[in-house]
Amino acid sequence: MLDYQFHWRAVLADLPELLGGAVVTLQVTALSVIVGVPLAVLLAACLRGGASARRPARAFIEVTRNTPCLFQLYLFYYGLGALGLNLPSFTVAVVAIGLNNAGFLADTYRSALQAVPAQQTAAARSLGMSFLNAFWHVVLPQMARIAYLPTVNQVVWAMLNSSLGTLIGLRELTGVTQFLQSRSFRTLEFFLLTAALYYVLAKALMLAAALLGRRLARGAP
Amino acid sequence: MISLRDVSKRYGLLRVLDGVSLDVERGEVVCLIGPSGSGKSTLLQCVNGLEAIDGGSIAVDGEAVHGRGTNINRLRQKLGIVFQQYNTFPHLTALENVALALRVVKRMPRRDAEAAAARQLAYVGLDGKADQYPSRLSGGQQQRVAIARALAMQPHYMLFDEVTSALDPELVGEVLQSLRKLRADGMAMLIVTHEMAFAREIGDRVAFFQEGKLVEVGPASQVLDAPRDGRTAKFLGRAAQ
Repeated sequence: MLDYQFHWRAVLADLPELLGGAVVTLQVTALSVIVGVPLAVLLAACLRGGASARRPARAFIEVTRNTPCLFQLYLFYYGLGALGLNLPSFTVAVVAIGLNNAGFLADTYRSALQAVPAQQTAAARSLGMSFLNAFWHVVLPQMARIAYLPTVNQVVWAMLNSSLGTLIGLRELTGVTQFLQSRSFRTLEFFLLTAALYYVLAKALMLAAALLGRRLARGAP
Repeated sequence: MISLRDVSKRYGLLRVLDGVSLDVERGEVVCLIGPSGSGKSTLLQCVNGLEAIDGGSIAVDGEAVHGRGTNINRLRQKLGIVFQQYNTFPHLTALENVALALRVVKRMPRRDAEAAAARQLAYVGLDGKADQYPSRLSGGQQQRVAIARALAMQPHYMLFDEVTSALDPELVGEVLQSLRKLRADGMAMLIVTHEMAFAREIGDRVAFFQEGKLVEVGPASQVLDAPRDGRTAKFLGRAAQ
């Protein structure tokens, strides 16, 4: 059992293909965040609104948070497929993981919204700003500061979740790894290398987030 | 002219404003005094439409604040309001605080807006603080940023809601100085205050409120020195202690 011979050369020769998979992983992650974050803001606003806005938002959050992400992918891929709507696995991954992001971030954003004093809106409105302008220029930046770190955590989580895309045929990092290891039988080498790549991607995201976050911290006491 | 006619407002069973009628002419300074909870602050919030009213009407230069067809965002540009708790925007520098509405509401180019904002900050004596965030400013300085922010919109009237009540005593003077300067420049003001000496000094007229009712209004010296109503006299007696 312990006389396994590592053969890295063959594995490293396939590195460009692996990195191609990593690019798909990052694309799915980025697009799922672009889908999820605005939707989460909208859900947060609905949660603070009247019953007719609050109830559907709450129902959506309950479903996305309390069913497996893999199930949600299957629902969009095979479920909609059964209805004759065959979406590409890339699209499904973006939409399903995006909705999952929204469900997990909505309550965080609701409390962030609550943490911005109502007087801030009153001050902005008193200057003649419309409700939307007051929200965009005064409330949202303050909310973003509070919700930033939880959002970064969710981005990393979405990146790791995107590996589930393999199961609907998406050729992202895990999918490519599966293919390459089955072709070469260097299973352990490929899985170790891919684990390292995921680790580097997650750390790179955190680092990028820390750099971007410095601008958000403007004026913090 | 700001014109209040028989204005009423209630929160549940509590009548916070009860048949209030009052006019503020262009260039006039009216101070509102009275016990806490008498409805003075609510009145200011109603004048600029941040609060709804249940009866009567409020008109600014002939336009009904709570009228259906009223463009409240445009009307509010005539009415600057400064709050007790400053409400400066913490994510923006002093300069950006003042420039924001100029850019967003008046659609001024950034450079023009910032030049105008710098002038307003100089007006309230904050020339050197333009690039500071509110968290680095004292209460008095933040309150002056809030005054500059409201003035930048070039309002016809300024509403001040207990603007010195949250300040440490040594910071009150610098804020009152800005109000004196405004008076000298002919700004019409409606000032809710607990500073009786200041009301006497700056007010053309003083209005005494109690339990949502306008008890007495008249020239500052008359209301403060020779009140006609017993309730005013009693309040002033207590305030002097």
